[in-house]
Amino acid sequence: MSTRPAARPVRTPGLSAKEEIMARLRAALDVPRRDAVTEAADVPRDYQRADDRQEVSTDPAKVRDVLAQRIADYRATVHRTTPSQLPAAIAEALDGAGSVIVPPGVPEGWTAQVAATVQVDDGTPGPRELDVIDAVLTGCHTAIAVTGTLVLRSDDLSGRRALTLVPDRHVVVVQADQVVLGVPKGIERMGEDPASPWTLISGPSATSDIELERVEGVHGPRQLHVVLVDPEPEPEPDSPAPDGTSASAPTSQETYR
Amino acid sequence: MRISLMTTCLVDVMAPDVAASTVRLLERLGHEVVFDRRQTCCGQMHTNTGYYTEAAPVVRQFVDTFEPALDEVDAIVMPSGSCAGCVRDQHALVARHEGDSELEERAGRVAAKTYELSELLVDVLKVTDVGAYFPHTVTYHPTCHSMRVLKVGPRPLKLLRAVEGIEVVNLPESDTCCGFGGTFSVKNDATSDAMVTDKAANVVRTGADFVVAGDASCLMNIGGKLHRTGAAPRPVHLAQILASTREEPFVPSETILGRAS
Amino acid sequence: MSATVNLGMPAVRPQHASPSSTLRGTRGFPDAAREELTDEVLRGNLRHATTTIQAKRAGVVREVRDWQKLRNAGSALKWQVTDHLPELLEQLEESVTAAGGTVHWARDAEEAGEIVTSLAIERGAREILKVKSMATQEIALNETLEHAGIRAIETDLAELIVQLAGDTPSHILVPAIHRNRAQIREIFLASMPDLDPSITDDPAELAGAARRYLREKFLDSPGSVAVSGANFAVADTGTLVVVESEGNGRMCLTLPRTLISVVGIEKVVPSFQDLEVFLQLLPRSSTGERMNPYTTLFTGVREGDGPQEFHLVLLDNGRSAVLEDPDGRSALHCIRCSACLNVCPVYARAGGHAYGSTYPGPIGAILSPQMTGVQDAEDPSATLPYASSLCGACYDVCPVKIDIPAILVHLRAKDVDRRRGTRGEFHGAWDVSMKGASRLMSSPRAYDIAVRSAGTLAKVMPGKNIGTLPHALPIVPGWTDHRDLPKPGPSFRSWWDQHEKQRAAGSASGAGAAPATGGDEQQEDQA
Repeated sequence: MSTRPAARPVRTPGLSAKEEIMARLRAALDVPRRDAVTEAADVPRDYQRADDRQEVSTDPAKVRDVLAQRIADYRATVHRTTPSQLPAAIAEALDGAGSVIVPPGVPEGWTAQVAATVQVDDGTPGPRELDVIDAVLTGCHTAIAVTGTLVLRSDDLSGRRALTLVPDRHVVVVQADQVVLGVPKGIERMGEDPASPWTLISGPSATSDIELERVEGVHGPRQLHVVLVDPEPEPEPDSPAPDGTSASAPTSQETYR
Repeated sequence: MRISLMTTCLVDVMAPDVAASTVRLLERLGHEVVFDRRQTCCGQMHTNTGYYTEAAPVVRQFVDTFEPALDEVDAIVMPSGSCAGCVRDQHALVARHEGDSELEERAGRVAAKTYELSELLVDVLKVTDVGAYFPHTVTYHPTCHSMRVLKVGPRPLKLLRAVEGIEVVNLPESDTCCGFGGTFSVKNDATSDAMVTDKAANVVRTGADFVVAGDASCLMNIGGKLHRTGAAPRPVHLAQILASTREEPFVPSETILGRAS
Repeated sequence: MSATVNLGMPAVRPQHASPSSTLRGTRGFPDAAREELTDEVLRGNLRHATTTIQAKRAGVVREVRDWQKLRNAGSALKWQVTDHLPELLEQLEESVTAAGGTVHWARDAEEAGEIVTSLAIERGAREILKVKSMATQEIALNETLEHAGIRAIETDLAELIVQLAGDTPSHILVPAIHRNRAQIREIFLASMPDLDPSITDDPAELAGAARRYLREKFLDSPGSVAVSGANFAVADTGTLVVVESEGNGRMCLTLPRTLISVVGIEKVVPSFQDLEVFLQLLPRSSTGERMNPYTTLFTGVREGDGPQEFHLVLLDNGRSAVLEDPDGRSALHCIRCSACLNVCPVYARAGGHAYGSTYPGPIGAILSPQMTGVQDAEDPSATLPYASSLCGACYDVCPVKIDIPAILVHLRAKDVDRRRGTRGEFHGAWDVSMKGASRLMSSPRAYDIAVRSAGTLAKVMPGKNIGTLPHALPIVPGWTDHRDLPKPGPSFRSWWDQHEKQRAAGSASGAGAAPATGGDEQQEDQA
């Protein structure tokens, strides 16, 4: 009973593969279904979209807290800082690294306090050369708070893809104005340049392939450091420090205010 | 109210006390129960096994029994989540397969008045405390079709918690199927056995005296496994608990789902 | 059904998957499951893995307030795709081509294998790197390449475990779910010559071993050809989306010179914006994470970043046949999250191998038989729609709301109808029993007599319940081998006869004076 006919599948002489597949699909769709055909306009878009009230009006400080908490959930290291303290925070995140590579668009000031040798990527180092570099420092395009996701575009700030893949430590600087609340807003921002290669990173490389036990660090960088730049605190004496705000984001049925 | 009882074929033959208990309960609550002897089966076994053509005359018989009398009753009750689910979801399917739009339409009218027992009590009769007495520890298994097809939700538990003397304990992995699945239990007997073995073990783990559910079929499966393995807990249908009173308490017989009073 | 398409063209019909595909088992589900069920290690592994991932999924899904709305949108988008598949594929081809990619069309497993093989040979590749992909698994691409002297290296940890063990995957997301850490350690020690034998079975150490083993391959990108699948192919932009966790996907999608993606035609999504729905639904349903660690989106080729040559192979291989059935075609909506496997009580016990197909579990039970078609009553694919208790847990978790139980029942009906229409096939024990039961249950008088006499007939049997019955009987031993069965006594309707008489006689309460049923009556009989 295991010997089923092993005839080759049907192909119609004179038709290209594409022509034949298209003809098959059109014949298949000749059989109508009970419900009306679904058009793009029929798709219900009542989920929380990029223009959702929560996305638009949640306090940005709160959104950054959610981002920091979610990234930390993935066991990445989060460094909260302010523009004036950014070089120090970057130096801290790169502590121990002997060599660092940066994409050409990374501001010089970012590496001002870095002790390591800093190499600016000119697009030539191959995987083997990148493998001996200890760390890579990049910016990002967008960060999605709810999912703790860093969105990298292939550009001079986030670097070509190999750059953020091969070195074992990745330090990403996230500016306050890059942080959005939800995935739809993130996709909207990516949609402004859909043809670019994009990499979404949510925590370090991980696997759960062995007994569903999460192990961090497989093929991608094993250490992920996120330097989150909060605005400088207001000078008024009685205002709370930005890192003193509670980062206890709600975990069930989320609201952010 | 005037309530028409559809016992389901399995209860009529294999678990008659479930139907008798449904009658006792509803009459005690002051309702009139009618039973039409022309009733046979809802056709679920045929439908779910793919025998639509063979299900069709059974569905037609069901509709012929209940549809002409629809105006004379307030509701039709079935002490089974899966059979009520079949009436609600699948009769139309069978009618369409036969290309019988009149049957589909008539079946729809019957379905609109058909309730599973806990739905009837809570939604139609608006009662949760039925004045029952059952001084035992029970654990509740939400049967798949009552939970996922009918979505009876917490109704059975509300009814149970209002019973005097009862202690309801949580069943681990309660929302996992017991492995009955109609003809699945026979066609895939080894897999079904693995499922009911786990379900029975979870029932035993609770230390309850009884496992209660709204479907005699699932209870026959779980109870059959408990009986085969000599385990202590006994199966009992929701109707049997709700019919039980101080004056006339439910006492199980040696027969699975049977009554000894 | 109308058959002809395209004036002047020969009539073209949708076709089932080619027989060389890994979609049809060698034996039916009940027998395969019976054997798998005896493997205690497998049962333990499956139980642990499926319960763990189920709980994670439930947790992250509960967080999302608009989850049901996202499911509705995902479902509608997938209906939009199946309703407009030819147009969307045309659009996808244009977009990919405009972005510098090359699109190939493969009618079946053989054609896809030929395309990939010749692309690899033309580039002089002796080895190619592979990202985990169901489509290439389905068409047995590794074997095809091997025949051509090309070695495919699986780079996903679980796929690597499966490949090194000479095994087949048993889960869509976690292909090595049937292996525990001790077994994986043994597999690695046997196949990685440089591995230090003092390695423990700690998953972190084992993952580290896989990293070292594969890193050399990635950095050298042997043959500089990689083969991937894709989770989504965006029609309006030509963007392919690959969702992963380990970084092996990024390695394969970035470092080699040539990238070939083999993608089922149903993976197309209409617009880039629609990713806002699917990138929320998939990770939470799949790994139970808010977002998977890495997602790569690429559109054709980009100078100076990633592969400089991109080939997209669009695969039919039975998908057109699935599309042909309006009541079954939503099986094509699957986004391969595997949530239905993890909640399925049948899958959790029998395991993935029992399904005999690349696509196991509830989704496999509706997808595989539609892709292969069912040839005859002995066809293993014919058993898959019955491999479910119809509990419905799969439908509840499906992120695109595929009504799997309804399709299972529909496919059973198709199977029965096929046999009914085939001379000599409609007389098995089930067919005879079902026909008989149908006749009985549609004649109230005969049924009434039968129900009333069941108890009398059962009196010849000893005891108060029915124990194991001889296997000479049809059907029933499947029940009584494992559980007891209540012995029928007087039926409800005979109780009702008494009850009505008493009611008519004006007795205070029918309940109080009801005659005994069940056990009591039988006790009297035995006395």
